[in-house]
Amino acid sequence: MSSQDIPEETLPSKQGDAHQGVAATSGDPFADPGIPPHEPRIQDIDERAAKRSERVVAFLFMLSMLATVGFIAAYVTLPVDKSIYVFPIGHISALNFSLGLTLGVALFCIGAGAVHWARTLMSDVEHADDRHPIEAEPEVKAKVMADFKQGAEESTFGRRKLLRNTMFGALALVPLSGVVLLRDLGPLPGTKLRKTAWSEGKMLINQNTMQPLRPEDIAVGSLTFAMPEGMKEEDHDFQQEIAKAALMIVRLQPENIKDKRELDWSADGIVAFSKICTHVGCPISLYEQQTHHVLCPCHQSTFDLSDGGRVIFGPAGHALPQLRIKVNDKGYLEAMGDFAEPVGPAFWERG
Amino acid sequence: MSTTDNRRKAPAGERVADWADGRLGIYSLAKANMRKIFPDHWSFMLGEICLYSFVIIILTGVYLTLFFHPSMNEVVYHGSYVPMQGMHMSEAFKSTLDISFDVRGGLLIRQIHHWAALIFLAGMFVHMMRVFFTGAFRKPREINWLFGFLLFVLGMFTGFTGYSLPDDLLSGTGVRFMEGAILSFPIVGTYISMFLFGGEFPGSDFVPRFFSIHVLLLPGIMLGLLVAHLILVFYHKHTQFPGPGRTNKNVVGMPLLPVYMAKAGGFFFLVFGVIAAIAAIATINPIWAIGPYRPDQVSTGAQPDWYMGFAEGLIRVMPGWEINVAGHTFVLGVFIPMMIFPLVLAAIAVYPFIESWVTGDKREHHLLDRPRNAPTRTAFGVAWLTAYMVMMVGGGNDLWATHFHLSINAITWFVRIGFFVGPVLAFIATRRICLGLQRRDKDKVLHGRESGIIKRLPHGEFVEVHEPLSQDQLHTLTAHEQPKPLELEPEVDENGVARKVGAGQKLRVKLSKGFYGEGTHIPKATAEEYHEITSGHGHH
Repeated sequence: MSSQDIPEETLPSKQGDAHQGVAATSGDPFADPGIPPHEPRIQDIDERAAKRSERVVAFLFMLSMLATVGFIAAYVTLPVDKSIYVFPIGHISALNFSLGLTLGVALFCIGAGAVHWARTLMSDVEHADDRHPIEAEPEVKAKVMADFKQGAEESTFGRRKLLRNTMFGALALVPLSGVVLLRDLGPLPGTKLRKTAWSEGKMLINQNTMQPLRPEDIAVGSLTFAMPEGMKEEDHDFQQEIAKAALMIVRLQPENIKDKRELDWSADGIVAFSKICTHVGCPISLYEQQTHHVLCPCHQSTFDLSDGGRVIFGPAGHALPQLRIKVNDKGYLEAMGDFAEPVGPAFWERG
Repeated sequence: MSTTDNRRKAPAGERVADWADGRLGIYSLAKANMRKIFPDHWSFMLGEICLYSFVIIILTGVYLTLFFHPSMNEVVYHGSYVPMQGMHMSEAFKSTLDISFDVRGGLLIRQIHHWAALIFLAGMFVHMMRVFFTGAFRKPREINWLFGFLLFVLGMFTGFTGYSLPDDLLSGTGVRFMEGAILSFPIVGTYISMFLFGGEFPGSDFVPRFFSIHVLLLPGIMLGLLVAHLILVFYHKHTQFPGPGRTNKNVVGMPLLPVYMAKAGGFFFLVFGVIAAIAAIATINPIWAIGPYRPDQVSTGAQPDWYMGFAEGLIRVMPGWEINVAGHTFVLGVFIPMMIFPLVLAAIAVYPFIESWVTGDKREHHLLDRPRNAPTRTAFGVAWLTAYMVMMVGGGNDLWATHFHLSINAITWFVRIGFFVGPVLAFIATRRICLGLQRRDKDKVLHGRESGIIKRLPHGEFVEVHEPLSQDQLHTLTAHEQPKPLELEPEVDENGVARKVGAGQKLRVKLSKGFYGEGTHIPKATAEEYHEITSGHGHH
């Protein structure tokens, strides 16, 4: 079919007739004119355009095949640890980049081809399907009700109440076994959340050097992280213990310490506070030298280390627990006991 | 003999279909569905994006399980990523490093999996908004709305348990946050925490337990819900926008075979292709840069995946209230946000039931509303979105502070106030905008479209020529209903007997007035108005 053989009904003059004008103003001016007549696409009229569409779709499918070949080639040839520079992304894994792009192209071209095919070459004539109400007809409902009634009667469910009630009892009890079975998911809380690895006489170990800390190791304005002596990263319970025992140490001028108990529990102006935020347990790690404030990077609770670890901003509900420390006779910092209160987030039994 | 001859002549495909029909009844199924009509609108693709990304997540997830070790046994790394050699880490973290650095294509599949999860959740969110703002949730589709809502909520938890599996520093911090949130529950908090983690946090159980939840329990439930969701979409037949020939009793569009087979099937490949390309060029969750989890370490700028940003915001901006009574602690500063989180989500889940109760409308609705034509619903949706978005800002308050050089305290206070004030302002503004758009529609119906042609009249006046709308447009712009508010029944009935009007009914009438009473809509153009303007003295 050449472009000269355009079917009559697609000519503009014919199209005009098919459209209802606004002229039909008698009666309801907003009446539903019905489904508009189908407007042919260029591909419906001009076979050359249809051929072009066909070629585009075929090209996309071919491109997809090529991309799959490229994917396999990249998988086989590129070493897994090769890094390449791609502008503007930077240095990235060559394999990830080429596998992802070839796979992306292979998939995308199948999709693009199929959609282009549907949009240009498949019929775009609109059809109307009838809807039927979801609810059943009254007769159907009546039949179902009657059937149900008969079935219920035949079961004697309503008449023999003893059967019904004991069955409900049995069904209600049987899931309890499932609930009981969950008991061994974990131990009972007991006092686990109240105790940490700290105890009297344990030296403070610097987490960077793994050496016991001396007061002179701690300069004013620095933030030092410490853990109790005797803990090793290889221990099977290291993660649980460090989650409670993590400690941060700062040195303040004793006259800057506003809280009396804090001063009593310090050694040479060195104070030790729990590193675990009292909000939901993130490790606090940002220290502001001038103000002696520490900030939790997770939810921005801010504590004043010169005032008993008091909360001055953010969602934390209570002060950071302080560890009472002293300098022992060998000149090392050591704990004078465990924390006086539970560390970390508050809980029901905390009190 | 002739029958066997006939059978031999039938093509192979037909014989296979005959075989299957004899056992599965596929011809009856195909009769109802093969040429099923689907209406066309770009926004109807949003649900498809969710479906396809879910399929992609399942495919890539199965692949990842072939290499991932859901174990918290501690190992020392000696793999090919040099910066981490000699470090202590869990087997889960090590196997994630191996997937990223040693399995060819492993990193790509990991990144596709994670990107697809983000897109899945985002797709569901936007799809829900589409359904909400067009009123597609109305009878008979309320149950399907709930199925979709559950999919969204379960998707959030599947995502959370999934990104916690590599046991890296960032996700471990998120799990710690969850533990702290659980501890805040009165009475049972510590018990649930001990049972979930098999003892004290972090213990060595949560990765294998999360793994079962992430790959089996939640996806299993979601798959069931998804199938139910799709069956209902087919059963109800798709909604459509009003337009010429579109009524509440029909569905106008193109048939499943071939058009939507090709379009929807092709769209799966488009979605997959785009996600694969994203995974090729955009790194997601680079656990090798984050490091293995240690409960005493953290990085700044810690952010959950986007769908948890709302919960994160709640926990960040809530004041730290704690009440100690008789040796027990009410951790309100954490517990209240944990309760607001499900309540805000539930508000959107139950909305269809509230609306149908307020309107007293028991009819089926298959024609969609344009958002402007349901101003109260639209305003409520925008108010909800505003609260959601304000909380997302709260969830990223540290990033807002560092990127825009703002005070974190100021942002936190902005969010605290904005969470309550923002939705009210958004509600008022949205309703006004809707009314403005209704006025414009009415103008267009009565006076026609502005043509952009300026005409000079004989006496010198300049006027713009307005073109009358086509019948199609006239119908489309006036097809919506404008419901009347409910009226309180008179306190004394026609026989003079006093009638008791319950408080529930009074509230319902009040709400109905708020929905449909005065000032909630612009009365749409009537036929009389139209005739008066279009007849006689011409229009400009």
